[in-house]
Amino acid sequence: MTDTNNFSNNRLMNWFKLSSPSTFYPFAGKLIPLFWVLTAIFGVAGLWVSFFVAPVDAVQGQGYRIIFVHVPVSWMSMFIYVVMAAWAGLGLIFNTRLSAMMAQALAPIGAWMAFLSLWTGAFWGKPMWGAWWVWDARLTSELILLFLYLGFIALQASIDNPRRADKAGAILALVGVVNVPIIYFSVKWWNTLHQGASVSLTKAPAMAQTMLLGMLLMTLCFWMYTIAVGLMRVRTIILEREAHTDWVRQLEEVKS
Amino acid sequence: MWNSPAEFFAMGGYALYVWSSFGVCAAVLLWEPMSIRFRKKAIIRRLQQERLAEQFDQESSQ
Repeated sequence: MTDTNNFSNNRLMNWFKLSSPSTFYPFAGKLIPLFWVLTAIFGVAGLWVSFFVAPVDAVQGQGYRIIFVHVPVSWMSMFIYVVMAAWAGLGLIFNTRLSAMMAQALAPIGAWMAFLSLWTGAFWGKPMWGAWWVWDARLTSELILLFLYLGFIALQASIDNPRRADKAGAILALVGVVNVPIIYFSVKWWNTLHQGASVSLTKAPAMAQTMLLGMLLMTLCFWMYTIAVGLMRVRTIILEREAHTDWVRQLEEVKS
Repeated sequence: MWNSPAEFFAMGGYALYVWSSFGVCAAVLLWEPMSIRFRKKAIIRRLQQERLAEQFDQESSQ
């Protein structure tokens, strides 16, 4: 067997090993500080661009600066839902404990992002539209996303057997995915008060380059934050659900 | 762009809306990792107590 072959075999082995909670737990612990550093770097850069580099908006004045949190948290609320459903689906197909725990760890972050999207949206809508809330397609579908997250969390919490809770939650998460494209395309499909997509892959961006840069930096900040907090929560869930195992009892933090 | 700190905090008359949005985001982003830390401390304390109880059990049965 050649060296390269050996190497790729080893790598494959490592990936399989990582799907076991006992090897993933210390590995995740090492990654968390890295992602907090990245969160801080992107956060500082993003806030600096949002408040000191991006020019004032011709129509909305300084009030438009809410875009720099509103758009990133809205994107993340949809993105996290898809990732969560994918983990839950993997858990359903391969019956792996860790995938289900990942889905469980992501749900509260997604719920907070959906809440923040609605909150910052209300505080942007009030000065610009004159209303905190309207029953608009975009806003209503985002509210349904928040309810899907809360439903997923509540359903898992209400079933005592963790493996059955994983399965029921996974089905709810997978069915709910249908809502994500509805949110995304709602501004195209219906006539809504909400403005159209700020960033499009097919058209030239309809905004100053610095505004786009600020939004991307803030999105990266929230993304890194999601990974850091997701890993923190999944480690706690691993301890709770593997409490009966020997490897948990042999951990340094439990022994001391 | 901003001539004074007061002008920055006034946000061209949108202070309430801009700072409420950014403030609540910051609060959530700080609160969430803190709540996880409490949850982790609770489970580790439980595991330590179970370990102690087992040790005590073994020692008293000898």
